[in-house]
Amino acid sequence: MLIKYVPVLFLLVFAIFFAVFAVFFSHILGPKRVNPVKAAPYECGMITLGPTHQTIPIKYYIIAMLFLIFDLEVIFLYPWAVVFRKLGLFGFVEMMIFIFVLLVGFIYVWKKGALEWE
Amino acid sequence: MELVYFLIEAAVKVVAVFSVLMLVVAYLTLAERKILGHIQVRYGPNRVGPFGLFQPIADGIKVFFKEEVIPAKADKPLFVIAPMISIVAALSLFAVIPFGDKIEIFGRTVTLTIADLDIGLLYIFGIASLGEYGIVLGGWSGYNKYGLIGALRAAAQMISYEVALGLSVMGVLMISGTLNLVEIVHKQAGGHWNVLYQPFAFIFYLVCALAEINRTPFDMPEADAELACGFNIEYSSMKFALFFMGEYAHLIAVCAIATTLFLGGWHGPFLPPSLSWIWFVVKTGILVYFCIWERGTFPRLRYDQIMKLGWKVLLPLALANIFFTGLIMVLV
Repeated sequence: MLIKYVPVLFLLVFAIFFAVFAVFFSHILGPKRVNPVKAAPYECGMITLGPTHQTIPIKYYIIAMLFLIFDLEVIFLYPWAVVFRKLGLFGFVEMMIFIFVLLVGFIYVWKKGALEWE
Repeated sequence: MELVYFLIEAAVKVVAVFSVLMLVVAYLTLAERKILGHIQVRYGPNRVGPFGLFQPIADGIKVFFKEEVIPAKADKPLFVIAPMISIVAALSLFAVIPFGDKIEIFGRTVTLTIADLDIGLLYIFGIASLGEYGIVLGGWSGYNKYGLIGALRAAAQMISYEVALGLSVMGVLMISGTLNLVEIVHKQAGGHWNVLYQPFAFIFYLVCALAEINRTPFDMPEADAELACGFNIEYSSMKFALFFMGEYAHLIAVCAIATTLFLGGWHGPFLPPSLSWIWFVVKTGILVYFCIWERGTFPRLRYDQIMKLGWKVLLPLALANIFFTGLIMVLV
């Protein structure tokens, strides 16, 4: 029943209200003395060089792709784990084959050096 | 009429959980500073009130009256929204955590959980991942190089450990056969705590959880010594405080979930069912203390070591844990 989710909605609305309220009131109450130096990026007193949003090392994209694959595996395992007792040996072998296939890919990624950070 | 009572009950529970949580978060900041102080043989805050007990209140008031600085080049909407995402995600985690057994109030049986969802654990993982957006957007939108590096590191680290975290609780799911957190606690009645059957999973969970909430020794995203506070470097006043509160609320949530999944939730000897929530508070408190204690003990890991630990150690070990749990359950 969806009515079960209404309290979650309550908490969500309450939390959002709190966050907006807190930021809004500190915005009203705090002093405002803006100057260009204060609004510059903080780099411990150094003047910042070049643009900030540059290209990002490819490593992070590889990690993101690996995450997608393995997190899907995790999501796929949840329903299996819940009914594990009912499935018995058949379910166990079935899922181990699935994990084995993914494991081969994982070993390939490892050997290729995608998990190295130097 | 039943519906009206249900809604009133829900609203009361939300307000109660929220108020207690805010109080606990406020005093957790003091507790952390005090405990770290004593670990490092100094006093910690002791100026405001007896034993520094009014320090959180003073901090709260101060933070409201601080100037909010928004960098000229910042992406303003994202910059303002990021800390809100962080705190809202952390607070929403408490919707499904069972704090105690059923109690009777005004002749009504009340469950001590805001929402008793059948997909409780999935909800937890979903909402916990949302919190990452707050940190990543916060670091990215400030247009600061330290902040950007912190945000990138946070993103890679959190998603890496999320995989191992998801896999580490799988053994508990296989034993309990449900995603409902209240049911999981009921299945652990009579001393059958999951930590006894899944000791390794418990250790994996704790390590992954520490990485997930960016705490020492995995506090790479903020690494004060090299990134000058990382993703929240450009934040000031209440927006900084929201990140801070979000982090502490997330810490409590992670410990509460560990209690629920592994340490038998509210079950414990001596206390009647109506006071069972005390056991929950005690167990969660011990875990929170552990998180503070290890911060005073361990040095920070290097970034490549963190990623190596997540992918090359914890992920295979968590998979092996699932394999052996399944093998034993099938054979026995």
